[in-house]
Amino acid sequence: MALIEVSHLEKTYEDEGTLTPAVRDISFDVEKGEFVAIMGPSGSGKSTLLHILGFLDRQSGGTYRFDGKTMDDYSQTEIAGVRNAKMGFVFQTFNLLSRTSVLENVKLPLLYSGIKESQWDMMAKKAIEAVGLSHRMDHESAKLSGGEKQRVAMARALVLDPQIIFADEPTGNLDSKSGQMVMETIQKLNEEHGHTIILITHETYTAEHAQRIIHILDGRIDKDEKVLRRRRSGEFIK
Amino acid sequence: MSIKYSFKTALNGLQTHKSRSVLTVLGIVIGITAIILVMSLGQGAQNLILGQIQGIGAKTISIAPGRQPTGPTDFVSMFTDSLKDSDLTALSQKTNVPHAASIMPVVFGSEPAIYENNSYRPTIFGGTELFASIYNISVSEGRIFTDDEVKSYADVVVIGSKVNDQLDSNGSLLNQKIKINGRNFKVIGILPKQGQSTFLNFDEAAFIPYTTAQQYVFGKKYFDRMVVEADTEANVPQTVDDIKTTIRNDHNITDPAKDDFFVETQAEAMQTVGTITSVLTLFLAAVAAISLLVGGIGIMNIMLVSVTERTREIGLRKALGATENNILTQFLLEAVILTALGGAIGIFLGASLSFLISLILTKFLAVNWTFVFPVGAAALGLGVAAGVGLVFGIYPARQASRKSPIEALRYE
Repeated sequence: MALIEVSHLEKTYEDEGTLTPAVRDISFDVEKGEFVAIMGPSGSGKSTLLHILGFLDRQSGGTYRFDGKTMDDYSQTEIAGVRNAKMGFVFQTFNLLSRTSVLENVKLPLLYSGIKESQWDMMAKKAIEAVGLSHRMDHESAKLSGGEKQRVAMARALVLDPQIIFADEPTGNLDSKSGQMVMETIQKLNEEHGHTIILITHETYTAEHAQRIIHILDGRIDKDEKVLRRRRSGEFIK
Repeated sequence: MSIKYSFKTALNGLQTHKSRSVLTVLGIVIGITAIILVMSLGQGAQNLILGQIQGIGAKTISIAPGRQPTGPTDFVSMFTDSLKDSDLTALSQKTNVPHAASIMPVVFGSEPAIYENNSYRPTIFGGTELFASIYNISVSEGRIFTDDEVKSYADVVVIGSKVNDQLDSNGSLLNQKIKINGRNFKVIGILPKQGQSTFLNFDEAAFIPYTTAQQYVFGKKYFDRMVVEADTEANVPQTVDDIKTTIRNDHNITDPAKDDFFVETQAEAMQTVGTITSVLTLFLAAVAAISLLVGGIGIMNIMLVSVTERTREIGLRKALGATENNILTQFLLEAVILTALGGAIGIFLGASLSFLISLILTKFLAVNWTFVFPVGAAALGLGVAAGVGLVFGIYPARQASRKSPIEALRYE
């Protein structure tokens, strides 16, 4: 069974009677441990797709199963629990609590996890170590560089060891060097820690770090291809 | 999420907007301060008044001429000459009022007192030697006049401290002669400084035998009051009935509605005063409570702004696994912590102000005031403050909890 099963997915927004389709008849599977990039120009529906995949939004038609279950199999509270324990999110704009330390930011998902408080520090420190920011642990997150901020966000996504990490344009707000470091970390998480990764991007260079690219155009899958010559973090060019 | 961490999260939220939190809490601080101040001062005033009434003794029964005024304009009823010597004689008979331990007729008025070139107008109080024990006062110098002096129309006077100071600023007037209504009185006793009293300021009074007062000072044949002390507190109601029967017999009154006198007990007076001050305090507290309401609306206002401003944070927390309840709890706790903190500050400020006022009253105005910290009001104030936070915090908190995570994350 694939971790992600998407079948004939539709999403239509309704605004004052006007229907705007954002996702049309999309079907694909993602296996455990895969690193998939969803690529497309802005407005192509890739963010909408990510929101549905992350249980942040509901589809209008078709089915989406995550780990064998649809959103309707869960209550509102259980969905929050699934997002908390099984999914990690990395956003383009980092979304860190600015006047809070790196450690506290990374702890944020633990607050809602039901894990004993005595474990929190240890788990957060481990995640911060995995993104190589141990020396910045007690820094206020607002004072970090963009690349560092995104790595804090990644540590936050990792802290509960989720089955999948959704990264929405993670390099979009970064200079090429920082972006390169972030992509290096994502590849490492995939290859060394076995996390399934869904990466949303509009840049071919970034997408080519994945094993597979799903091209989206006007809400439909344009192409779904394996990356023949994967970019390694060292050759990242923006 | 544990309660401890919920608190920590809420506190963090407040700390990141320190000045706003302080301004928000101000309304609650003012409201609670006002309530505590009013309650504390009200309690203090009540204690003061009741203490003074109690000082006269719960066994004391007062008989006044006239009838209970029927309204505020019915003051004619109060100025009659219905209490006479014959009443004193009748009341003094053990068979009529068996439980009367002592009876004192009282006449009073105001006449100028003169010593050398100084003049002062004290309240002249004519009574018997019993006045000191009935009003629970004693002399600081000299003595009280005796029964013999009362019977012999002696020209002796016991003066209050202010009377002494006004007539002779240099020292004690003990054994000196002062002139009251043209007659020489020997000062045989001086009262210590007592402070303001509700119904009679002892400092500004001069006590003389009632016989002398009737005959030579006021020229009246009747009494302004009669004070009866029952032997025990339990016998007060019986004694009141006996007094009424005796005076009615003496005045040939058959219909109690036509009484030309009325009887009051200290217990009744205390009850009346107690009720009045309590109602007054409650009324003032209610006025102060309005400011709490305004403060609560202020909290709601700011919390709504805060929720809007922190839309992204809410979206993020939801994306990371916060449930609606988690978000609701966080924002509700922020509101409750704010108001409870405001309540605590308000209690401290209110109590401090009240203490300051009691200090001023006792040190500078010589009022026998005791500072009262209204524990009940403080607990209530804290509860009300937290309640205000809960009530006015729930709407913004619900708004926060219902935000859709994607809308919230997109919010700029």
